[in-house]
Amino acid sequence: TLRTPPAAQRDRPPRRRPTATTGLPPSPPLAAPSPKLDPNKFQIYFPGFATDDRCGWWIRHGLGISWLMGGARLMDVRDVNEKFSLWTAKITQFASILLWKFMHFLVTVWYLMWNLVHMLESFLVFHGWLKEYKSLDVSKLRYLAIVIESEEARQISDVVELLQWLAAIGVKHVCLYDMEGVLKESKEEILAKCNARPWKGAETAKAIVGPTLILEFASVSDGKQGVEKAANLLFAQYQGGDQDKPKFTEALLDEALRLVGCSGPEPDLLLIYGPMRCHLGFPAWRIRYTEMVHMGCLKSKKHGSLIKAIYRFTTVRQNYGT
Amino acid sequence: FLSVVDLRRRRRLGGFSDLPSPPSHPVFSSLHPLLLLQEVAFCKACEMEKGKDSRNTLISTLRNFAWNCLLGILSVGPIPDHIAFIMDGNRRYAKIHNLKEGAGHKLGFAALMSMLRYCYELNVKYVTIYAFSIDNFKRRPEEVKSLMELIREKIEGLIREESIVNQYGVRVHFIGDLKLLDETVRLAAEKAMAATSGNSNAVLSICIAYTSTNEIVNAVQQSCEEKWDEFRILDSCGGAYGLTRYVGIGENGENLIGLEDIERHMYMKVGPAPDIVIRTSGETRLSNFLLWQSGCSFLYSPSALWPEIDLRHLVWAVLNFQRDQAYMEKKKKIL
Repeated sequence: TLRTPPAAQRDRPPRRRPTATTGLPPSPPLAAPSPKLDPNKFQIYFPGFATDDRCGWWIRHGLGISWLMGGARLMDVRDVNEKFSLWTAKITQFASILLWKFMHFLVTVWYLMWNLVHMLESFLVFHGWLKEYKSLDVSKLRYLAIVIESEEARQISDVVELLQWLAAIGVKHVCLYDMEGVLKESKEEILAKCNARPWKGAETAKAIVGPTLILEFASVSDGKQGVEKAANLLFAQYQGGDQDKPKFTEALLDEALRLVGCSGPEPDLLLIYGPMRCHLGFPAWRIRYTEMVHMGCLKSKKHGSLIKAIYRFTTVRQNYGT
Repeated sequence: FLSVVDLRRRRRLGGFSDLPSPPSHPVFSSLHPLLLLQEVAFCKACEMEKGKDSRNTLISTLRNFAWNCLLGILSVGPIPDHIAFIMDGNRRYAKIHNLKEGAGHKLGFAALMSMLRYCYELNVKYVTIYAFSIDNFKRRPEEVKSLMELIREKIEGLIREESIVNQYGVRVHFIGDLKLLDETVRLAAEKAMAATSGNSNAVLSICIAYTSTNEIVNAVQQSCEEKWDEFRILDSCGGAYGLTRYVGIGENGENLIGLEDIERHMYMKVGPAPDIVIRTSGETRLSNFLLWQSGCSFLYSPSALWPEIDLRHLVWAVLNFQRDQAYMEKKKKIL
């Protein structure tokens, strides 16, 4: 019967014997792949200094210990070449990591400087010291959408303040979107604090009159999942019967989306409040020609930046492909 | 630079067996000192064979060395799998520089080739370009005709032996409603797709006669047709006991057509969602391009016009992607 070896012996790596044909020491274990680094974390990867790394193996065995124990042997020229190239490669690798960190440091410095300039410009715009932003015509901005990072959307006071700024500028119809539906859950509170009313779904632009701000709330379930519901509605509607199935058009899918409650007007401008410039899954059907502007994080929002973004939108001219 | 490109292509295709093989690490493989020296020597030999001026040889050698260093440094961080380009600004460029009509698009094609080289050298596996939108058919007929002629000519150039797609082993897909194209262009596109179907190193998706809304409608239509066909077969076999007429949304509220069915019929199923979407000329809209797929993509809008796009724009986009990549991965799981 086989006996289980003791734990200490089980955990030790198997002893390597010199190869029979060449008599050379066995090859070192393969180097572990180095991890991809994140510029936002302080990580320094020191290649070659881990105990089971190729370089560490050479330190323990290759430079003389096994040769002294195994008898003197002349070094092969190829071994010298390999060791030299290995060490220079490790140094090169370490240098490249440092240079990569330095490049990202320069990018961070650039963004710090850009934020300072942006802060100063927002201050000047807000206090009316830049003439071009004084005459702001918001009539071109019929429908505004705001994408907010879900973590920041939990700060309802910031959201309410932003909406109050928009109402003061003259924006009438706003869609608030966050991926996880945090804003939908706080809908009643936001409507109450902003003295706004909810969008009724079937309203046209002409019906939106008066000083009251109209708010719509959306999340990721109104995007791809809305198209899924519309597809199933169309499937069921034309299921059965021997008539020829129609060729679906954009108008037909638009109507189906309206019937499942996942439709709405296309925003003219989409403001993104979050760490990254991406629309975070805003319903794809509605942002064909929407201008997207990244405003930074919600907690560092500025009134002047809002005015500047809306002003810039009013100067844009679209060809719509022509 | 082209000598280095040729060296990398030959190494990738299995040449240079006498060179020492570096360990499999992207930084090391770019910056192995012996390889770098050999590359420098190779470039130098190539240049000298052509009889170039020694000063130009030194400059091009230094440029190649700098390019390799930059590649190696960028490769320390995550490299995007998929970059999409909206090539906006060709006509504006021609107008600003008083060029004749159509010259802007030709210069734009040259810029596209250089950007593709940079992307494939950087090991970006998927590149998508927005070549022609369905909305562009609304342009003047003469302009549309000349654009189609240029597109056909460039597609035929893609399948030549020395073209970039064969140098880098790129498989080409034409994405969009190809039935809207002229027959000559459609045949050229199908021929190019067939000729490159054996390539597997990278993928180039050329969006032509494409809009995202058209893609979604087409995917919904195909999903419904597939499901109708399934039910018709069930009915004909008698397996559904005649109950298929009454089926709509399932009894538990689940949908018969799921998101995976719709995404399986998307034109862009050939690749993953884009990591970066670059639109030149400073415009900040997507213009009906990859709306479904770009939920977690970094949107970058350099103010340069498309013929002016350069390596520095790509490097800036990649550096920003590396900064935000952890955040993007977190959001992709929700989406």
